[in-house]
Amino acid sequence: MKTEAMKVDGNAIGGLLIEIFGTDVTGSIGVCGSCGAEDYVATLEVYMRAPGVVGRCKTCGAVMIRIVRSETRTWLDLSGTRTIEIVES
Amino acid sequence: MSIISRGFRGRGRDGPPDRVPPGQYVTDDFPVLSAGPTPRTPLDQWTFSITGGAEPVSWTWDELRALPSEEITKDIHCVTKWSKLDTSWEGVSVDTLLEAVEHEAAYVMAFCDGGYTTNLPLEDVSDGKAWVAYTYGGEPLDPEHGGPARLLVPHLYFWKSAKWVRSLDLRDEDEPGFWESNGYHIRGDPWLEQRYWGD
Amino acid sequence: MAGAALLGRLTWLVAEVVDAVQETPRVRTLVLEADGWAGHRAGQHLDVRLTAEGGYQAERSYSIASAPGEPLGITIELLDDGEVSPYLVEEVRDGDRFELRGPIGGYFVWDGSGDAPVLLIAGGSGVAPLMSMIRHRAAIGSRTPTRLLYSSRSWDDVIYRAELEQPAGGLEVVHTLTRSQPSGWTGYARRIDAELLGEVAWPASEGPRVFICGSTRFVDAAADGLVAMGYPPLSIRTERFGATG
Repeated sequence: MKTEAMKVDGNAIGGLLIEIFGTDVTGSIGVCGSCGAEDYVATLEVYMRAPGVVGRCKTCGAVMIRIVRSETRTWLDLSGTRTIEIVES
Repeated sequence: MSIISRGFRGRGRDGPPDRVPPGQYVTDDFPVLSAGPTPRTPLDQWTFSITGGAEPVSWTWDELRALPSEEITKDIHCVTKWSKLDTSWEGVSVDTLLEAVEHEAAYVMAFCDGGYTTNLPLEDVSDGKAWVAYTYGGEPLDPEHGGPARLLVPHLYFWKSAKWVRSLDLRDEDEPGFWESNGYHIRGDPWLEQRYWGD
Repeated sequence: MAGAALLGRLTWLVAEVVDAVQETPRVRTLVLEADGWAGHRAGQHLDVRLTAEGGYQAERSYSIASAPGEPLGITIELLDDGEVSPYLVEEVRDGDRFELRGPIGGYFVWDGSGDAPVLLIAGGSGVAPLMSMIRHRAAIGSRTPTRLLYSSRSWDDVIYRAELEQPAGGLEVVHTLTRSQPSGWTGYARRIDAELLGEVAWPASEGPRVFICGSTRFVDAAADGLVAMGYPPLSIRTERFGATG
């Protein structure tokens, strides 16, 4: 299967992100720490079995989010995201 | 405990326990896992280097292909729980490449097109345990699987077999690479089930 | 806003299949009942989790095709190398149970109303969340100008075909059949391209809102085509699915 076919978007990790943030953030705006582009979390280019989850900026391709989950632990790296504005619904 | 869905079976199967590490199932597929888009470096621009030794050393594609190579058949094990038995590769042993460099390093960090990195103790890439592989299943390694060349370290979880490898940096200290710095184990021995940090 | 209804969105619920509708030879809709399901907005999806004897688990996301208020339905396309879709499309029968959680997604939603025209672009089974929007729009009696551009391989692959032949409330439906067409077909017969979009999409000056759902490649091509027509990128909402099944 081609990598391009495997690439999805932030919608695909919506459920996972609810578990982490406690609310749906696909409609929240993230600012890329590399290029400054602002866009919805839903528009992240997401690689889901990387083996973890990697979300990349749609504009410049930089890694904005990484998530690894074991049965009992979750590691979250948001260092590639300058800010994320979460609007609680 | 989740409810069992009648009639649902995963695709994998159990394999012989002396060949399949704990928690793994055997697959006949070769799943593609990637953290980003497939890089495509033209071969006339491609080089492989070893840095961090007395002097950096570098091979062009043609030079790498001219080095003595081996055909190897190995089982591979992914941290996402699939194992694939008897995969066949051809490549240059990392021992051969390290012979070109004077060093006293204890660790390496692999650097790859696309920005991926992974770290390994030197002993895990020495003594016939690791290769820079460019052929899989008798064919040139597909870009989706890391072509033109990838690191191949089959005795560790396959995230250590870095796709699109371009250099090994020799180091005195072990520093975590891309996945090791975000939850995966610093070494990744599947027989000790070292999947996650601190396991 | 807190309360039991929100908690239901985070936890896995047990769902039972109460009906299965064969939409096309490779596509089936499962109608589900789940205790604790709090309802959804048109465009949202849910996550399904299957557990095999021995504990192996697989999770997939599926768009909700039913309108809010209707019995909960998800539409699944059989993918040849899939692990989950063959089970859901070919094996599952009434009474079978699996887990689901949701609804998920506040970005790819449309409440069916508004003055600006709405363009819905579907690639194959990507029509599912757009169908939820279409059904909801009809249920609320909306007159928002709405057009569905729907790309399928062939006439037999058009999901919800009969329903789309009776579009409600002024909905316009434009099909394109990319691999084979029935004899006498006078409609589009190719993949979406700039010329096709130019003929089907409203001019950018009308300020349309757009929802596109399909494979990554389909969505990127359609979105790029609209941006080239002058559509502001923020007017286009997208949902891409991969080929994992």
